[in-house]
Amino acid sequence: MKKSANTLKLQFCSLSQNESLARSLAAAFVMQLNPTVAELADIKCAVSEAVTNCTVHAYRDAVGPIYMTMHAYDDRKVKIEIRDAGCGIPDVETAMQPLYTTDAENERSGMGFTVMDSFMDGLTVRSKPGKGTKVTMMKKLSALPR
Amino acid sequence: MDTKNAAVKLETVNNTLRAAITGEIDHHCAKNIRQEIDAALLSASPDKLIIDMSNVTFMDSSGLGLILGRYTKAEEVGTAFAVQGAHGRVRQMFDMAGLDRIITFEGDVKK
Repeated sequence: MKKSANTLKLQFCSLSQNESLARSLAAAFVMQLNPTVAELADIKCAVSEAVTNCTVHAYRDAVGPIYMTMHAYDDRKVKIEIRDAGCGIPDVETAMQPLYTTDAENERSGMGFTVMDSFMDGLTVRSKPGKGTKVTMMKKLSALPR
Repeated sequence: MDTKNAAVKLETVNNTLRAAITGEIDHHCAKNIRQEIDAALLSASPDKLIIDMSNVTFMDSSGLGLILGRYTKAEEVGTAFAVQGAHGRVRQMFDMAGLDRIITFEGDVKK
């Protein structure tokens, strides 16, 4: 990956109304690279999932900070990091299994990480119980038409 | 900002309850939609519940939970259930979660 051509760092509260804000800001940032409609939809959905996880799981009934950093690279790669300082995930591998959820009573589908993994080209989840979770996603945008 | 929180319009015709959802379905608005549909389902006791998703412009996995939950609720009260107009990315999300094997999809479906 080449040197970052542009970076945007954001911090916002883990309020559910910020889920749409976060995906809109991600879309606005990525628009600089002229993504396809499908690529933009992929990124919006993945960001929405990651931010929702912070709101629903990391902070649960509390409100805490969500840190979102986006990098756009000259080689048309986009890296998005979404980090919280919430409760953390004791077993990341299990949490990433499709349909796994700890919040079935609120009709969480357990598909959040599966969506992120499917729609992005790279997904890394690092977490420490009691410390928080960092989700790093990468998307390689298709070449611009000549 | 170009986002539009999802809303639902409910209408009962010939004992079929149609819930037409518009806008962007995420965790923030899923709860209100769930409550509105469930209240109508329980008060109208329709023969069939149709969720019309023709005008849904965005859906993350919160939408999967919302639809699966309404399917389960309809089953519990003996009401037939179908989703209409799930298109493009919305339909792709259902397929990814395997809900296409459980739920009846009707109408204008474009993969």
